[in-house]
Amino acid sequence: MKRFIGFIKKEFYHIFRDRRSLFILFGMPIAQILLFGFAITNEINNVDIAILDHSKDASTEEVINKISASKYFTVKQILTREADIETAFKKGKIKAVLNFEKHFSRNLIKQNQATIQIITDATDPNTANSITNYINAILQNYQQEKNRAIVVEYQIIPQARMVYNPELKSVFMFVPGVMTIILMLVSAMMTSISITREKELGTMEILLVSPLKPFQVIIGKVVPYIFLSVINAVVIVLLSIFIFKMPLQGSLILLALESVLFIITSLALGILISTIAETQQSAMMISLMGLMLPVILLSGFIFPISSMPVPLQIISNIIPAKWFIIIIKGIMLKGVGMAFIWKETLILMGMTLFFIGLSVKKYKIRLE
Amino acid sequence: MGISLSNISKSYKKVKAVQDISFDVNPGELFGLIGPDGAGKTTIFRILTTLLIPDEGTATVAGFDVVKDYKVIRKAVGYMPGRFSLYQDLTVEENLTFFATIFGTTIEENYDLIEDIYVQIKPFKDRRAGKLSGGMKQKLALSCALIHKPKVLFLDEPTTGVDPVSRKEFWEMLKRLQKKGITILVSTPYMDEAALCDRIALIQSGEILEIDTPKAIVSQFPKTIYNVGADNMYKLIQSLQQYEHVYSVFPFGEFVHYTDKRDSFEMADLQSYLEKEGLTAIHIESTKANIEDAFMELAR
Repeated sequence: MKRFIGFIKKEFYHIFRDRRSLFILFGMPIAQILLFGFAITNEINNVDIAILDHSKDASTEEVINKISASKYFTVKQILTREADIETAFKKGKIKAVLNFEKHFSRNLIKQNQATIQIITDATDPNTANSITNYINAILQNYQQEKNRAIVVEYQIIPQARMVYNPELKSVFMFVPGVMTIILMLVSAMMTSISITREKELGTMEILLVSPLKPFQVIIGKVVPYIFLSVINAVVIVLLSIFIFKMPLQGSLILLALESVLFIITSLALGILISTIAETQQSAMMISLMGLMLPVILLSGFIFPISSMPVPLQIISNIIPAKWFIIIIKGIMLKGVGMAFIWKETLILMGMTLFFIGLSVKKYKIRLE
Repeated sequence: MGISLSNISKSYKKVKAVQDISFDVNPGELFGLIGPDGAGKTTIFRILTTLLIPDEGTATVAGFDVVKDYKVIRKAVGYMPGRFSLYQDLTVEENLTFFATIFGTTIEENYDLIEDIYVQIKPFKDRRAGKLSGGMKQKLALSCALIHKPKVLFLDEPTTGVDPVSRKEFWEMLKRLQKKGITILVSTPYMDEAALCDRIALIQSGEILEIDTPKAIVSQFPKTIYNVGADNMYKLIQSLQQYEHVYSVFPFGEFVHYTDKRDSFEMADLQSYLEKEGLTAIHIESTKANIEDAFMELAR
C-alpha cells in the first residue's frame, strides 16, 4: 500500500508540474462550457428581415407591426422592387424577406384570400426552417384575431406545450454534451498520454523491472485522474446551474454516482488506448480522432440519433457517451430516478468491464 | 548467485540481435560486455532483466530463470538502462524517494550503500533531474538502481555521454560496490574501461568474440604493435595502408597502431618508406597491445 501511495504521489507531481496539461485539465472545461453555452445556439432571436410591400395598406401594416413587435424579428430594410431581394440576401445581413402581393387588403376582404411570399436564406437550412415556422405562427395568430367575430363550425385548436425545457434553451442540450466530451477527453486522453509518456521516456522499463505489479501501475495512473475529473464534473454542473440556470430536477447523489461511473468508463478506454499506442502523440491522436469525433457526431449531443440513417443509429449504440447523455438529461431535466435509467447504467457498466478486461489482457509485462 | 546464459538467441523480425550467446558471471564479479553500438549489448541486458524473452536458450540471474521466475528477479536486481530513465520533472530527492518506496524500502535504510555516490549529488537534491549534468544524472540513476540493495546490478552503458573525470569516479564507485558483494554486469563501448573489469566479453554483431580477463586478452595478442607518428596523419594512414608488408593500421589518438606481416620487422625499413612517401617528423616505436587492438584483431 505504501508503494501504491508513493506512486500516486509521483503522479500528482507530474500533473502539477506540467503547466500545459494543467491548463488542458482545468481551462478547457470552463472555456468549452462557456463557448457552447453562449456562442453556439440554435435559437431564433432578433433575426433581421426585409419587407417588400406592394400594397402598403392597413392590413399589411398590421401584419408588419405584429412581426416586428415579436422578439424574434427585426425589420431592417424596406425594399421597393423585386430586384432588390437578391441584393439584400447577398449582403448577408437579411435572413428573410416578406413579399406582400398587390391589393393585399382588398383581396383579403373581397376574395377572403391574400398571399404573402416568405423568402428565406437557406444557406443555413435549420435557421431558414425555423424562421418560416415562426413567421407562419405569427400569421396564424393574426388570422385568428381577425376571424374572432365569425363563427366557424369546426375548429381544432392545437395547444402545444414544451416540457422539460419550456423556453427551448439550447444550452440545456449542450451542457450534458459538453460535460460528456470533457469528462471523456480529460479521463481518456490524459491517462493514455501519461502512460505512454512512461513508455516514451524509458521509465516504463524501470517500472517493469521493479516489484510493482502491472495493475498497481495502472490503478496508480488512474486514481489521480478520477479525482481531477470529479472536480471538473463539479465545476461544469455548478456553471450550468448558476450561469445557465439549468435545472437539477433529479437527485444530486445519483448524478454524482453516474458521473463517476462514466469517468471510470473513460479511464478504462484511456488505458486501452495506452496499450495500443507507443508514443504520446499517437495516444493523443487516437483519443482525439477515436473518441472526440464519435462523441460529437454520434452521441446525440448535437445531431439527434433518431434522424440518423439506420446503420449510424446502430453504431451509436456502442458509443458510451450516448448512454451517459441520456442519463444526465434524464436526471437533470426530467428528474428521473434509477428506475428509468437502470438500462443505460447497466450498459455503461458492461462497457467498462469489457474495456478493463481487454486492457488487462493486452497489457504487456515485458517490452514486447 | 551470479548470472548464467546458455545458447541465447534473439531476433527482432528479420534482424538477428544476438546469436547463440553463452557466458557465466561469477557471484561478486565485475563483468564487462565490451562492443560497439548495435553489437547486441542492450538486448542481452533486456533478456537478463526479464524485459525480453529469448527465442532460444536459457538464462538465470541469481539462480532464477529469466522467463519463469521473472517476478523474483525483478525484486532482486538493480537495472540502469542505457537511456537516462528517471523522471525529469521530479527532483533528485523525489526520484530517489520514489524508487525506494516502490521497492518497499526507504533512503535511510540502505543509505550506507549509496552514501559515497549520493553525497556528491546531495547539494543538488532539490534540483529537477532533467536539469542535472550528464555525470550527475548517471550518479543519480546509479543511486536509484542501488537503493533497494540489489544482489545483481545491471548497468547498460552507464558512462556514455559522461565526461572523463566523472567516468573515472564512476568506475571507482563500481569497484567499491563490488567489494560489498554485489555482482555487476556492465556494458561499455569504451575499450579503456574494459581494463577495469574482472573479466570481459568482447561482442560484435550479436556474437561473442572472446571471454577472458582483460590481461589475458591483451597478452594473447599475436603481433608486435608499433606506434607510428608523422606530421600529416591522413597521408600517414594512406601510406601505411599501401605499404607492401602491412598487416593492420588503426588510428589511435595522436599515433597510428601498425602491425607488420613479417616476423623480422625493421623499423628502419618503414622509416625509409615513409620518408620516400614525403612524410616528415616520423616517429616509430614498439608499444604494448591494448584491449582495442585485441578487439580489432578479433573482429577482423
